[in-house]
Amino acid sequence: MSTKIITPVAEFAELLPQEYKDLVARGPHGGRRSVRDLGTFKEIVDEHPHCAGCGVALAVRLLAAALPSPADTLIVGTPGCSFFSLVQTALNYSNTAFGNQNAVAAGLKRMLAIRFPQVHKDVVVVAGDGGIADIGLDMTLHSWFRREKITTVMLDNEVYANTGGQESGMSRLGRVLNMAPRGKLFPKIPVFELAKVSGCVYGARVTVAGPYRLGRVVRNAVLLARELGPTYVQVYAPCPTNMKFPPDQTLKAAKEAEKDHYSFEEFMSTEAAEYLARLKTAPEEREEAPEPAKP
Amino acid sequence: MDPEYLFSEAPRRQVFITGSEAVAEAVKRANVDIAIAYPITPQSESMHLVGDLYDQGYLKDYYRGENEFAVMAAVHGASLGGGRVFTATSGPGTLRAMEMFPVWAGSRQPVVCAFMCRGVSLPPSIQPENIEMAMLLDVGMLMFHAEDAQDFLDMILKAYAVAEQPDVHLPVGVFADGFFVTHTRSAVLLPPDDLKLAAYDPRRAPVPTFDMETPPIRLVRDPLLNKSNFISYAANASWHQEIAAAAERARKHIRRYMGGLLEVEDPAAVVFLAASGTAVSQSREAIKVLRAEGIRVGLIKIMSIRPFPVREIEAVTAHADLIVVPEFNIGGWLAREIKAAIDNNRRVVGGPRVFGGMTMPTELIVNEVRNALSRPGTRQPGMRAGI
Repeated sequence: MSTKIITPVAEFAELLPQEYKDLVARGPHGGRRSVRDLGTFKEIVDEHPHCAGCGVALAVRLLAAALPSPADTLIVGTPGCSFFSLVQTALNYSNTAFGNQNAVAAGLKRMLAIRFPQVHKDVVVVAGDGGIADIGLDMTLHSWFRREKITTVMLDNEVYANTGGQESGMSRLGRVLNMAPRGKLFPKIPVFELAKVSGCVYGARVTVAGPYRLGRVVRNAVLLARELGPTYVQVYAPCPTNMKFPPDQTLKAAKEAEKDHYSFEEFMSTEAAEYLARLKTAPEEREEAPEPAKP
Repeated sequence: MDPEYLFSEAPRRQVFITGSEAVAEAVKRANVDIAIAYPITPQSESMHLVGDLYDQGYLKDYYRGENEFAVMAAVHGASLGGGRVFTATSGPGTLRAMEMFPVWAGSRQPVVCAFMCRGVSLPPSIQPENIEMAMLLDVGMLMFHAEDAQDFLDMILKAYAVAEQPDVHLPVGVFADGFFVTHTRSAVLLPPDDLKLAAYDPRRAPVPTFDMETPPIRLVRDPLLNKSNFISYAANASWHQEIAAAAERARKHIRRYMGGLLEVEDPAAVVFLAASGTAVSQSREAIKVLRAEGIRVGLIKIMSIRPFPVREIEAVTAHADLIVVPEFNIGGWLAREIKAAIDNNRRVVGGPRVFGGMTMPTELIVNEVRNALSRPGTRQPGMRAGI
């Protein structure tokens, strides 16, 4: 953890925009921050052009706050709505051809491991359901089969949102969408179940309605990927624009999904459980209070 | 070490090896950090041998990817991370990976990829032809075309020297016609085993390395400009102009390391065979036959396809009456390139062309020249002074 990369030379220090000065003075790069601390520090996600009420925007904000070492985190994404906020995030973000994210992340992680053997460079894939489950599924799975030490986070809005609301493999059965004029004819692709049998040492399925839990599982996933192997987090991030609900109902939609098809689930290998247990007892790790009771 | 010492001054020893083995000999001396492989004929053997080099400690990482698109994407990721990479593919693999080549160029990455060209269409063919090169002409990558195993070795090594220049920093594809080069043995002069290129230095890159060590921090290394406004369009357009300009700037480095973008034999001739790849070797044989018949024919061997040696071809053909372009593909992309480069392009005869694995017998080229010379109004070259 270091603020070296964002610290300007003295000659420029006063010329930079206020948001940048805040990032240097009160950003998360030099010390531990979490979802719990939101509102008390300058976040690495800045103004973005997502639609009002966007579940993906909220997921990116929470995820960014949960990264254990933002100063050494690189995000690999793919075309889609997640681009809009990830591009405004104060870390290195790569976004190239649709669906290639886990292959790019694998190559990047391996090169950084060669160049920085003493430093954990966290390579985190953050992409949508279309990128991870459809066009990039082979690369998602093969990165897990090969035990690449990367974290994959799916921001699942159950639709191709950026291209205008088409059916994705993660759309729900029967849902009428563009390119599914008679409703989707097959159920959601079981990517979470595939993660369990494909080599992931840790996986969690959450929604944006539980911010502390989302922060905790992202942090677990990134820390475990450093040491043990691939990890996967699947986040339900509802899309008011394409699912046609009012933008102030996003959390309600996520909470309803939690009771229905998006219940919280977590799995981990024995080694992962032991590692997390050791972390909890380490003095530098404070215990996180449980999620406040939901109204 | 000065790369020019490795390329041209260091004492070499002669070996009798295949083109695939020549690729491995190049990689052995290229100080590559990561190579990523995927099987396809006729490329596979070279990447087996690169795997052996990894096992022997010449590379720091190596693996077999899941398909060519994924391999080219992983190579892209590894290169973003600030090290030297290598991969290779052939025909259908090239097309499978196609989306990544403009990404490499757009990201200004000095990836070096060997292409062992082969058929891509139905009915299925694994046999040599280089139609895939036509499809790569405008992806932003530099393209060198090797005549033989010696070229393949030298061009791969020199590709890194050109690609990694701060004022270039672009991917380079090094192409050879599959089987003819990869699977036949020939005499190759090898630089010493204990010499290698200096390690890739990410601090010399004209774009920030993707490692969270190199400012600026808020870095979208690969700008997806999907906002619909004039600034986005202008940024995209100016970036593409910069990639094209970087390819132009590569010319001086190609001249320095490779001695030029093309080679000419008998520049005073008025009839030329102009070719690249193994068609050059066949043209050399045809020229011997034609000379024995009293027909003087010069040779233009085009080594750099991108950037294309437009001015050099203009100059060398200024006095020529006939330029015959034999090719190992149905499309005739090299003839099109030459026609677009020179004045009075009726002087260019595109052919003979073979594909689908057909060989190009010397007689085909000889007959093409004879037929072209019999066209009404074509000056007969005869054997002039000096031959």
